[in-house]
Amino acid sequence: MATIQSIAGENEQHPDVALVERVRAGDVSAFDELVRKYERQVFRIAQHITQNREDAEDVMQDAFLKAYEKLDQFQGNSKFYTWLVRIAVNESLMRLRRRRTGRMVSIDEDVETEEGSVPRDLADWAPDPEQNYSQSELAEILRKTIQGLPPGFRVVFALRDVEGLSTEETAETLGLSIPAVKSRLLRARLQLRERLSRYFKRRTGSTAVGAEK
Amino acid sequence: MTCSEFLAMLDDLIDNEVTANMRADLEEHLRGCEHCEVTLSTTRKTIQIYRSHEIYEMPASLRERLHKAIMAKCKKGC
Repeated sequence: MATIQSIAGENEQHPDVALVERVRAGDVSAFDELVRKYERQVFRIAQHITQNREDAEDVMQDAFLKAYEKLDQFQGNSKFYTWLVRIAVNESLMRLRRRRTGRMVSIDEDVETEEGSVPRDLADWAPDPEQNYSQSELAEILRKTIQGLPPGFRVVFALRDVEGLSTEETAETLGLSIPAVKSRLLRARLQLRERLSRYFKRRTGSTAVGAEK
Repeated sequence: MTCSEFLAMLDDLIDNEVTANMRADLEEHLRGCEHCEVTLSTTRKTIQIYRSHEIYEMPASLRERLHKAIMAKCKKGC
């Protein structure tokens, strides 16, 4: 299904191209449409990288303003969305560095951690583990857990798994090689999984007959 | 297949980027390895949970603020 859609997509103009052309012709309302379409994603990405609400709000505003100003430089050989994401990622990293003056912040740095090799925590999770928590408790758990990842892992996970960019798009956006994206994604996924196990693992004495040996 | 070899292919399996032959090998390993079975299912669940829950709600005022900033730019330049 996905293959059929992507083949059809190659011959059709992406709807964003028409919106970009309208903005270039002076129609600001077309830019509002682009904002409405992507504001949540840009805000999420900025939050994932900066881990700071105020910074994320500023990044979202600055990224769209920059995109608006630089729209003439948008070539159209990449998708508008990935072009916008690249601007947002750069703005976010700049803010992160500013807040962490003196501390090295780089997404190029390949962080070696002990986690991410063969998982240690073998406990299986409850069937619908999120149901043991309220929405706000769950959101807090997910925020706290992803916050603990190194920025270079966090951003790869956010782009690939949360925002649904392809490996190639993620590599291009971050200026990383495809193997670097793949290796970070695997370690990010495994580290998150291991950290979430603390909250989601099947509780002893529950319905799991024979699970505890 | 060892657990480390399975793990090296974990992402490709999750992202559906394995050949039929490789998939058969991975599935054979899974049948005899509870450890990797749990790793696979809980990693899938990790991705699904992050994908389906909005953990950073965008404040409603932000769009209005952005709109004003764009209109201000527009008055100057368009």
